[in-house]
Amino acid sequence: MAKSARVLILGIGNTLLTDEAVGVRAVEALLDAYDLPSGVQAVDAGTSSMDMLDAIADVDLLVVLDALKAGKPLGTLVRLSGDEVPVFFRKKLSPHQVGLSDVLASLEFAGCRPKDMVVIGVEAENFGLGLEMTPAIAARVPEMVALLAGELASRGIGLLQKRKAA
Amino acid sequence: MGTRITVDPVTRIEGHLRIDCEVDGGKISKAWSSGQMWRGVELILLGRDPRDAWTITQRICGVCTTVHAIASVRAVENALQMEVPLNAQYIRNLIILAHAVHDHIVHFYHLSALDWVDVTSALKADPDKAASLAESLSAWSGNGKEQMRAVKARLAGFVNGGQLGIFTNGYWGHPAMKLSPEVNLMAVSHYLQALEIQRKANKIVSILGSKTPHIQNLAVGGVSNALSLDSPSVLTLERLMAVKTWIDELGDFVKNVYLIDVAAIGAFYADWTQYGAGVTNYLSVPDIPLDTKGTQFALPGGYIANGDLASHKPITTFNDEYWRKGVEESVKHSWYSYDTAGPLHPYKGETKPDYTDFQENAKYSWLKSPTFYGQVAQVGPLARVLNMLAAGHEPTKKYATLALDTVSAVAKTKVGLAAMHSTIGRHAARAISCSVQVDMLADQWSLLVNNIAKGDVSTFNKPIFPKGEQMGVGYHEAPRGVLSHWVVIDDGKIKNYQCVVPSTWNACPRNEKDEPGPYEASLIGNPMANPELPLEVLRTIHSFDPCIACAIHVTDKDGGDTFTVTAK
Repeated sequence: MAKSARVLILGIGNTLLTDEAVGVRAVEALLDAYDLPSGVQAVDAGTSSMDMLDAIADVDLLVVLDALKAGKPLGTLVRLSGDEVPVFFRKKLSPHQVGLSDVLASLEFAGCRPKDMVVIGVEAENFGLGLEMTPAIAARVPEMVALLAGELASRGIGLLQKRKAA
Repeated sequence: MGTRITVDPVTRIEGHLRIDCEVDGGKISKAWSSGQMWRGVELILLGRDPRDAWTITQRICGVCTTVHAIASVRAVENALQMEVPLNAQYIRNLIILAHAVHDHIVHFYHLSALDWVDVTSALKADPDKAASLAESLSAWSGNGKEQMRAVKARLAGFVNGGQLGIFTNGYWGHPAMKLSPEVNLMAVSHYLQALEIQRKANKIVSILGSKTPHIQNLAVGGVSNALSLDSPSVLTLERLMAVKTWIDELGDFVKNVYLIDVAAIGAFYADWTQYGAGVTNYLSVPDIPLDTKGTQFALPGGYIANGDLASHKPITTFNDEYWRKGVEESVKHSWYSYDTAGPLHPYKGETKPDYTDFQENAKYSWLKSPTFYGQVAQVGPLARVLNMLAAGHEPTKKYATLALDTVSAVAKTKVGLAAMHSTIGRHAARAISCSVQVDMLADQWSLLVNNIAKGDVSTFNKPIFPKGEQMGVGYHEAPRGVLSHWVVIDDGKIKNYQCVVPSTWNACPRNEKDEPGPYEASLIGNPMANPELPLEVLRTIHSFDPCIACAIHVTDKDGGDTFTVTAK
């Protein structure tokens, strides 16, 4: 993938619901640790959907960071790509039902859907009310970020580690 | 007993809503609306700094981020009886209006048009005839033959490529679909153009709110935007001029496409002016404050009883006692319990879950049941437009007249205001409201620029929290209707917090007197051609623009279809 490729990284989830926050927290961790090269954007999308349409339109690669329930052991990282992604969003029961599935449908129809899509998810189970993630899931955030960095690196996009302030 | 139908979840909405109906002789005889997710955001706020509440409440929902932020700062400002600088009011007003315009366009074209528009029928259209029809209805520049031919070609490629399945639960070919192929093609063309135009509204929110989807610029006491017409780091004239360009483009689309489409499509579905009225007590609140104290508003609000506009009673200020004393919530049919019997005022509100199964004669929803002076009330664009008409609001009269004249011309029969109390009337009201709001966006832009030009760059008054207890309510006429946040502050910390949201007013279960809520009442008498394909239920429910989010969105990787329609 050329260096000028447009990449959008979306952290999604409701930050009021414990481990639902993990996608948003991963985007925050990413932005804390790295400077993003030009063309790469990372957005805390929360549970927004149609509001993200403008950002998603015409990107070369969309990476979604999210909590999921795939029946795997707690904390398992899951990577989905290609055709698995839209199917995955269509099937789930969620506020995003109006959300990414319909946004992607609209973009498809308008001829400006992302050229490639990847989901990096983590198997989670506590979605009760609360602003803090459970320790088991919070511990996975650095691995999600590393997986994301590897995903980008495999496409020729390097992230620059931020220099820590002295 | 007739056929029982459960639609769970209702799709193309935000959140998880379940609708149960009984059908007798092809008509719905009873209905239950059940919010299937627990909202308990209030509990997270207890003990926190009231200045932080808005950043938390804007996470309740992915569609309504800004509206919960606005209602929250207003609630705390009301508790402290604060004034808000004019510039801050104007900037908030611009965000509110741009968000509303965005929301209304997206709702009609992208979330509800598929209830009325059969995409597959558009393939049979003569694009030149579709262009003639569209050009006869409106002066919009995007209706030419080339456009219609291109859209038909794109659609053909899309459908022939087997991609139509991406639109979940589209009811293609359903017997209740009535539009001609040409009208369907015109609507598909506008669907695509609406995708483009809605981005401009989003950009306005993004520039003024410093970020989207979660705005960053609010503060209890004002906004944090730095203002100057000549400094590069702040909200500059250049950025404001870009905003003005987008406002003008939005105005062109809303008035020449959206309003006309709703009127034209509504005219072809004249039978749907007979269904869906339901509750005709209408509640709205004034919004778009024009002074620092919140005593003058560009949009009037009030209460109408039994659909009689002459009964309109205005709500006039942020301190309005008639409003403040009228609101109560019942949990008789909700999965909560109160310590005492009967409904509670929001200042005394409690959020204690008490889940049972779905019990249609007892508790069956996570939504509470709000009332205004003991009466169930419909909120939203129809309530807003009728109250503005009753208050003699000239811009609303202008666009309501234009809409009804267009409907009458297409239907070739006189259609009056009475038709508005209906499923299709809610769509018409949303388009009328959107037209009023897009003009107001331009007005607020001028007010802001003129005020800055006078040398006023103030945007923030610092809140001071006295010892002891204060109570306040922040209301906001959000896209889906009356939103209110009620806060009790004790020694600078939140002691109680209750959100009474628009979809609670509309989607609520039966109340203390066992009267059905607006969704439930609106379904009674709706036709039902085929209980396996309950398009008619979706039409009426979608006309309210449901938004029941406020909760969980867990993905289910291996979990098959989650949408079920069960008829038994």
